[in-house]
Amino acid sequence: MDNTAHGPAVLAEGLRKRYGETHALDGVDLIVERAKVVGLLGPNGAGKTTAVRVLTTLIRPDSGRALIDGIDVVAEPMRAKARIGLTGQYAAVDERLTGHENLEHVGRLFHMKRSEARDRGRELLDRFDLADAADRVVKGYSGGMRRRLDIAMSLIARPSVLFLDEPTTGLDPRSRQSVWELIEELVAGGTTTLLTTQYLDEADRLADEIVVIDHGRVIARGTSDELKGQVGGDVLEVLIDLDAPTDQISAALSPLASGRVVIADTEDGRHRTVTVPVSKAEGVAPAVVRQLDQAGVTFIDVTGRQATLDDVFFALTGHGADEPTELEKTGKQ
Amino acid sequence: MTAVITSDRPDDGPSTNEPATGLAWVFRDSWTEATRHLRSVPRNPELLVFATIQPIMFIILFVYVFEGSIQVPIDYVQFVIPGIFAQTVVFNSAFTGVGLADDLTKGIIDRLRSLPMYPSAVLIGRTVSDAVRNVLTFVVMLSVAFLIGFRFEGGLGGAIAGTALMFAFAYAFSWIQALIGLSVRSVEAANSAGFIWMFPLTFVSSAFVDPDRMVGWLQPVAKNNPFTLLTNASRAYYNGYDAGNDGWYALAWAVGITAVFAVLATRKFAQSTSA
Repeated sequence: MDNTAHGPAVLAEGLRKRYGETHALDGVDLIVERAKVVGLLGPNGAGKTTAVRVLTTLIRPDSGRALIDGIDVVAEPMRAKARIGLTGQYAAVDERLTGHENLEHVGRLFHMKRSEARDRGRELLDRFDLADAADRVVKGYSGGMRRRLDIAMSLIARPSVLFLDEPTTGLDPRSRQSVWELIEELVAGGTTTLLTTQYLDEADRLADEIVVIDHGRVIARGTSDELKGQVGGDVLEVLIDLDAPTDQISAALSPLASGRVVIADTEDGRHRTVTVPVSKAEGVAPAVVRQLDQAGVTFIDVTGRQATLDDVFFALTGHGADEPTELEKTGKQ
Repeated sequence: MTAVITSDRPDDGPSTNEPATGLAWVFRDSWTEATRHLRSVPRNPELLVFATIQPIMFIILFVYVFEGSIQVPIDYVQFVIPGIFAQTVVFNSAFTGVGLADDLTKGIIDRLRSLPMYPSAVLIGRTVSDAVRNVLTFVVMLSVAFLIGFRFEGGLGGAIAGTALMFAFAYAFSWIQALIGLSVRSVEAANSAGFIWMFPLTFVSSAFVDPDRMVGWLQPVAKNNPFTLLTNASRAYYNGYDAGNDGWYALAWAVGITAVFAVLATRKFAQSTSA
């Protein structure tokens, strides 16, 4: 280890990457301190995968720099690669091999000794609850098992930093839970992790720091509590009919709001919800009712509750975290 | 999943050595990748069986259906078997593209590219292991050819020279297929894009018929087809007559294709990411 090893595990400054007219990354700064988990949160097409691909040497940024343990990923990709583990969006396991063979294979490509790769492979299989399936061909593994093996493969050479690109996308709720528990254990053991996700609850649960990214730009960062604080703490939700005049409602409620008023269809598509961030929900509801009455708007219901990361995301971007933006999915070549 | 194992702590540092450079690592990483593919061969014998059904069918169809109606200067079995051998080993190069497209769509290429390994080793390992599998298919095909009366009239030397030339060609083609496999977005596309152009290439040649008996405008195409050079040379070596310079020309094609497409495929690989 050299003298740079005491700095952050990941340091990125002003990363830019363009695909045609699309700014996949538009000046992204990132720091991941050792033994911390940073969650990169954003909708599809926000630039999360592009950021991970730049940091893991898969694509070159147009400008900006990225350091892993102080090593520049563009200038010295091979040294940087030796210090990272990447688990991409798909479980990158070879179905024709057994779980143990997959691990040994990656270990060998990290230039570990065969015996060392084998031992480390067994250790990880034990830890990741895959010991019983170790010598079975991966073709018969479930989605959750593949994901666990995939993460184990990223850890074979004890990387300085683990990259997890949407680790639970496409998993059923039970597998998702088991992957979360696994990540929590790794984190407890001190594995430095950069995690991307479009799930707010995932970032909330796993990340020490959340970096919200949209259209290739970082639009907010902080702990989950800090971000919720930005919305104002509480939220009032007004349920309205689909044909209610949204402009009038926004105008009527803006004076009461501590942040941006967001209007969106409910999940069943039969009503709309007006979300009004307020510093404290208590006592504001009557004022909301008065304002709406004066504006001559009828509504169905008003409720108050604590802000969630969903509200933060809506307030910051004006759209939900699971809705793709108009941008193409990034990272395509 | 109980005790937290502290050896994952970052202050221990990565357990890998500093990245390797030099030729020894190219060989080692390529071999590691080749074993990834070869390990599964004994587990999936049916893949090998299916890979040999088509050539066996071709041998039987051509020899028994066309033997009477196709006029060639020598016995038709001795004429067509080298052509079918050459076509089969060259066709099998398509597995390289299909395999790479499969690795690419599954994110395996992403992972491999994030490892401190020699990048081309992924392609070298793949093409070499496909060549080894091709040898296995060839042995099965050869046995069937012997059963229906084919003989190496040119002795062991001729048999080796003719076969080696076919494999040099197939290896060259597997680099074309590698470029195709990395350029398309699905395994299905790699499969069709890999095979489609090889049909005219191998049929508009001297592999199955005498080009002198083709329609006029097709003759120059067939005669200048590098695949014709390959079959003419291999046929001459197998049957023990003079190949002239055909063997050298065919070898030059194989070397040239390998050189050009290895560079192109390696460049493509350096930019390949899953969708």
